[in-house]
Amino acid sequence: ADVCTFGMLISKVDICAEEICVCLYEFYRSFKDYLHSHIPCRRRDVLVLTPWLAPIVWEGTFSRDILNAQYMQKKLVTGVVTFAVKKYVQFIEGFMSSANKYFLAGHQVIFYLFTDNPEQIPHIQMAPENRLFVIPVQNHSRWQDISMSRMDIISRYIRSQFQYEVHYLYSIDVDVQLFEHIGVEIIDALVGTISSWQYTARRESKSYETRTESQAAIPKGEGDFYYTASFYGGSVAEVYKLTRACFKGVMKDRENGIEARWHDESHLNKYLLYHKPTRLLSPEYYWDAELSRPRIIQVKRMCSVHKNKRRQVIRSIMWAMLSCHVFLPLDFTII
Amino acid sequence: MGDCFSLRARPCQARVNYTRQDVLTVTPWLAPIVWEGTFNAEILDSAYRPLNLTVGVTAFAIGKYTRFVGRFLESAEKHFMKGYRVNYYIFTDNPETIPTVQLQPGRRLVIVPIKKYPSWQEISMRRMEAINKHIAETSHGEVDYLFCLDIDMVFYNAWGPETLGDIVAALHPGYFNVPRSQFPYERRSSSAAHIPDGEGDFYYGGAVFGGLVKKVYEFTKTCHMTILTDKANGIMAAWQEESHLNRHFLSHKPSKVLSPEYLWDDRKPKPPEIHLIRFSTVDKDYKEIRD
Repeated sequence: ADVCTFGMLISKVDICAEEICVCLYEFYRSFKDYLHSHIPCRRRDVLVLTPWLAPIVWEGTFSRDILNAQYMQKKLVTGVVTFAVKKYVQFIEGFMSSANKYFLAGHQVIFYLFTDNPEQIPHIQMAPENRLFVIPVQNHSRWQDISMSRMDIISRYIRSQFQYEVHYLYSIDVDVQLFEHIGVEIIDALVGTISSWQYTARRESKSYETRTESQAAIPKGEGDFYYTASFYGGSVAEVYKLTRACFKGVMKDRENGIEARWHDESHLNKYLLYHKPTRLLSPEYYWDAELSRPRIIQVKRMCSVHKNKRRQVIRSIMWAMLSCHVFLPLDFTII
Repeated sequence: MGDCFSLRARPCQARVNYTRQDVLTVTPWLAPIVWEGTFNAEILDSAYRPLNLTVGVTAFAIGKYTRFVGRFLESAEKHFMKGYRVNYYIFTDNPETIPTVQLQPGRRLVIVPIKKYPSWQEISMRRMEAINKHIAETSHGEVDYLFCLDIDMVFYNAWGPETLGDIVAALHPGYFNVPRSQFPYERRSSSAAHIPDGEGDFYYGGAVFGGLVKKVYEFTKTCHMTILTDKANGIMAAWQEESHLNRHFLSHKPSKVLSPEYLWDDRKPKPPEIHLIRFSTVDKDYKEIRD
C-alpha cells in the first residue's frame, strides 16, 4: 500500500510541474492569438503534430462538422473488432450500448464481436446504421495467449471477410465505456492511440520490450510514443499488415521461448515505430481509469472499466517501481 | 485525410523537440501545416526515398517570363526534392529562348509548347486548362506527384518530401497573419469564385499548389470549369485563377498546407514566424514584363 501511495505521489509531482509550465506558457503566448483568429480553440499545451507530420488528435484541434462534411459523399463503412472471452462477456452490454451511442454516430459501423460464449450475449439495441456479427472463438487458459491470438484472428478474418465489408477497421478492448463522441477524426490509413501512461510516467520508464531476443525489442533511446493495444486501427489493408507482422513476431518469440513484456502491445509498439501511424489519437481516446487525469486531458471519450481490483493495484505498483528504476522480475504470471 | 499509405521509416536518433507553439500547425480538418521546426527531414526522407517516386513541376514561361527560367531551374537543382526523380515541365510560347541548364541525374527538362494569349490575365487563367490537358495526355504516366509553381521565383532553401500529399496548397505570404475579413476573396456573388463574408479557412496563394497527379487533374478541371463559367457571364475574378483556387479549396479542403516559407514574397519584411524562406519571388517590374 505504501508503494502504491508513493507511485501516485510521483505522478502528482509530475502533474504539478506540468501545470506550472502550462500556466506560464499560456500567459506568454496569449498575445499571439491574432494569427488565424477565426480558427477557435487551438491547443498550445500539447504536441499536435508528430515529426513525420501526422496529426495528434486532441479536443480543440479539429472541427467534427468540417470532417463530417468531407465524409458525406463517401458512404464510409467502419468495422470494430472486439473480444469478449471468459469473464469478459460481462462487459459486452456496457461496451455495445455506449459504442452504439458514441462511436461514429450517424455513420455505418459493423461490430464484430468475438466470444467463446455466444449464448451469454444479451440482446443489444443497435443504432439503425449499425450491425452486429457475433463470431465464436476458442478461449485459452492464459489471458496473455488470448490477448496475443487477437492479432492472428483479426488478420485471418480481414482476409476472409472484413475486407469485403468495411473500409476501415478498429480493434477496441471490450472492457471499456464511451462517454463522449468518437467520430470521423479517427479515420485514416494507420491510427495508433497514445497510451494514457505516456503522460504520467517519465519517458525513460516507457515499457518497450528491450531484450534483443524478442522480436518486439526496441533499442534503448529509440521510440516515438508508447501506443496502447486497447485501441488501434486504420484502413483494412494497413491493419492487415500490422496484425500479420505482430502475430509473426509473437510466434517467433514463442519458438524462441520468450514472451514480450507487454505481450501484443510490445509487438504493436515495435511495428508502429517502423511503420509510422498516419494519425495519432491522444489519450482522450482511451483513458485508463486507474490514473488520475492531468489537466491536458480535457475530455475522456473512452475509459477502461474497473475490473480486477487486485490487478489494478499490482499494475500501479509496477509503474511506480518502473518510475524509480527498480528492477523487477519479468514473469508476471501471478496476474 | 492523410496519405493513403503509412511510412516505413528507420527510427531517428536525434532527440530535437519538433514543435512550433507560435503558429497553427494543424488545420481544423486535421491537415498538417508545414513550418520549419514541425518535421524531421531525416525520418521523412528515409520513408519516401525507397518509394522511387517521380515528382513533376509545371511552370509557365510565356513572353518575357522566359527570362526567369534559368534561375528557377538552377535553384531548383540545388534545393527542390534533392535526391528524387524530377521532371520539369516548362510551358512556353518560345521554346528557343529556354536556356540549357545542367541537371542532376534522374532529373529532366520537358518543354511544352503552348500558344500565347493576348493579355496576362488570360494567360494566367488558361494555366488550369493547360495543366489539366497535359496531365491527361502526358504527365499522368510519368509522375506520381505534381507541383504547379510560378516561374518568376527562386528556391533558397530545401523543399523536400514534407511537401508531398494528396492535395497540397500554400498559405499566401500577404495574408497568413491578418484577420479573415481582409482576405481578398472574390466577393461578388455573380462570380463562380464567390466566397461570402464569414466563410473561408485560409487565403491560399495561386503560385504554389500540387498533390497526387490524379488529384491535381481533378481540381484543375474543376477550376477551369468555374473560370469558363465566369467568362460566359462576362466576369473576371479579383485575382484570376487564385480566386477560383481559393473557392475550390474551401469546399475541397487540402490534405496538406504549406506555410508561407514555401511561397514567400521578397518585398515583404520577414516576420518572426518565418524562420526559413524556401521559395520566393524575384524582384521585377510588373509593368515592363506583363504586356
